[in-house]
Amino acid sequence: MNWSQILSNSLYAAFNATAIGFCLAAIGLNVHFGYTGLLNFGQAGFALVGAYSIAMPVHIWHWNLFACIPVLIVMSSIFALLLGIPTLRLRADYLAIVTIAAAEILRLLVSTPRWVKTTGATDGLQNFTGDFRNSIPFDRPRFNFWKTPITNYDLWVMICGWSLVAIFSVLVWALIRSPWGRVLRSIREDEDAARSLGKNVFAYKMVSLVLGGVIGAFGGAMLAIGNQSANPITFKTELTFFAYVIVVLGGVGKVKGPIIGAMIFWMVISFTENFLAGATDGKGFDLPTWLVDNKNFGFVRFLMVGLGLVVLVVFRPQGIFGDKREQAFDVR
Amino acid sequence: MSAEPITDAVFADVPNEPGAPKPDPILIADDVRRAFGGLVAVDVAHVEVQRNTITALIGPNGAGKTTFFNLLTGFDKPDSGTWTFNGRSMEGVSPTKAARLGMVRTFQLTKSLTRMTVLENMRLGATQQMGERLWAAPFRFLWKDQEADITTRADALLERFKLDHMREEFGGALSGGQRKLLEMARALMVEPEMVMLDEPMAGVNPALKQSLLEHVKGLKEEGRTVLFVEHDMDMVHEISDWVIVMAEGQIIAEGPPDFIGSNQEVIDAYLGAHQNTDLGA
Repeated sequence: MNWSQILSNSLYAAFNATAIGFCLAAIGLNVHFGYTGLLNFGQAGFALVGAYSIAMPVHIWHWNLFACIPVLIVMSSIFALLLGIPTLRLRADYLAIVTIAAAEILRLLVSTPRWVKTTGATDGLQNFTGDFRNSIPFDRPRFNFWKTPITNYDLWVMICGWSLVAIFSVLVWALIRSPWGRVLRSIREDEDAARSLGKNVFAYKMVSLVLGGVIGAFGGAMLAIGNQSANPITFKTELTFFAYVIVVLGGVGKVKGPIIGAMIFWMVISFTENFLAGATDGKGFDLPTWLVDNKNFGFVRFLMVGLGLVVLVVFRPQGIFGDKREQAFDVR
Repeated sequence: MSAEPITDAVFADVPNEPGAPKPDPILIADDVRRAFGGLVAVDVAHVEVQRNTITALIGPNGAGKTTFFNLLTGFDKPDSGTWTFNGRSMEGVSPTKAARLGMVRTFQLTKSLTRMTVLENMRLGATQQMGERLWAAPFRFLWKDQEADITTRADALLERFKLDHMREEFGGALSGGQRKLLEMARALMVEPEMVMLDEPMAGVNPALKQSLLEHVKGLKEEGRTVLFVEHDMDMVHEISDWVIVMAEGQIIAEGPPDFIGSNQEVIDAYLGAHQNTDLGA
C-alpha cells in the first residue's frame, strides 16, 4: 500500500472540481437553510440549471462559454422565482416538497430522449468547454499535485473555481454581517416576529432563494466544466443531500462552514476509497476478505462515511465551526 | 404603590357602554367578524380606542381577545368588517405594513429570537435602516453611522428595561419574564404610535411585574397609545384608563376600571350568570 499516494490523492480530492462544485452548492444551501431557514431540497435542480445554462447555448448556438454566465444567472433566478412564488408564503415543509420535486422534474426532462439534439438526453452534452480550454494561461500541459498528476485544464478549473468560492464567500459574509443579514436570521428564528417588526418577510425569503440558487447554479456549472460534461447523472438528489452533509459538517450558518465541509467531505470519501482499494488488492497489507473485498469496497466506503457522520452529529452537532451555545436552544 | 386608578379626564363624557364613542379615537373597528368553522371567535359591532391612553382588553378564556388582536394587526384575516388606524383603512393590510404604519404588537407566547443576541434582537426592531436593503448591505460605510445611532437607542432601552447586563447573551438564554421585557423593548425600537401587548404579565414574577407596569405607564407619557390583553386584574386596575370587556367574541362592557369591577354583565361573563342559583343538586 502506497500511503503517500493515497494521501496525495485524498488531498487532491479536497481541491478538485468536484469539491469546488459541491462547495458552491453548499454555500448556496447555507444561505437558504443556514441563514434564512428555508428547507430547499432541490439544490441539485439549481446546479442542473447552472450546468445546462452554459452547456446548451454553446452546444446549440455556438455561443462563447463566458457569454453564457448571464444566461446562468437569469435562468437560475427564474427557477428560484418559479419555486418561491407559490411556496414561500406557506410553511417551510411545502418548499421542501416543491423543490425536491422540481429538481427531479428538471433532471428527467433533460434525460428524456425526445429532445436528444438539444440536451443530449442521458448522455448529456460534451464539447462545450472549448472556450474554457482556450483561456488556460499555462503552456505546460501537465502538473503534479504532490504525487497526483493533473493536467493544466484541471489546474485552471481549480484556480477559477476557488476564486468563485472566494468571491461568493466574501459576498455572503458581507451580506450576513449587515442589517440585511440580520433580518434574514430573524426570519430563520421566527417569521412572525420579523413581520410584527415591519419586515417584509416574503421579499427577504425570495431574495435569499434567488441568491443561494444562483450560487448553487455556479456550482453546477463548475461540476460540468470539471467533468467536461453536463450530464443528468451528476444532478441526482444525492447532490442535494451531499451538500446538506457538507453544510452540517462545516457548521450551519457559518461562512467558512461549506468550504471546510466540502474539503473534508471529499477528502474522506477519496481517502476511504483509495485506502480500501489498496487494502483489497491482494498485495502487501490487506483487510480480511470476510470484512471487505475488491468487489464491495465501494459499498463499505459509504458505510464507513455514514458511520463517521453519525459520530459527528452525536458528538459535535454544531459542526466544525458552529457555536455550541446556539445548539443549546431549541429552535422550535 | 397606591392602587388609585388614573382615569383620564378625556373619558369624563364617555358613556360606560359597549361601543362608546371617544373624543379622539386612534383605532375604530366596525362589524369585525371572524369565524373558525361554526365557532364565531370575534364579532365586534363597534369599538373605539382613545389616543394616548392605556386601554385594557379583558375577558374570560376563549373570549376572542387574541384573535381580535391578530385581526387588527393583519396576522389573521376577518370574514367581514372594517377598521381604521389614524383614519386610514386597515382592510387587507399585511402585518408588515401595519407595523410600518405605527401599530406594533407583542405576542402572548414570546417570540424572542433565540439564536440572536439581545442586542441584535433590539437592533432588528429599528426601521428605515438603509443596510436592510440588498444593494446597500455589502457596503458598511453606507449604514455604519445609522447602525451606531440604532445601537445607542437600543442600549438606552435595554438600560430602561434592566436588560443591559444581558446585552451580548443569546435571546434563548433569557428567562420567560426577561423575554417579555425584551419583546416590549424591541417593539419600542419601531417607535410605534400604538403598542399592542398580548398578556404582558403572563409568567412574569411579581418583582419584575412592578417594573413592567412602570414601563407601560412610561409609554403613555411618551405619547403612545397602549392596548393590552390581560388576565391580571390588579394590573388592569392599576394602570388602565379604560377597560373593554369581551366575552364570546363580542364587546359586552366598557368603562373605567372601577366601573368594570362592579358591572353585573362582566361578573356574569367571568363566573356565569347562574352562580348563585340553586340547581337543586
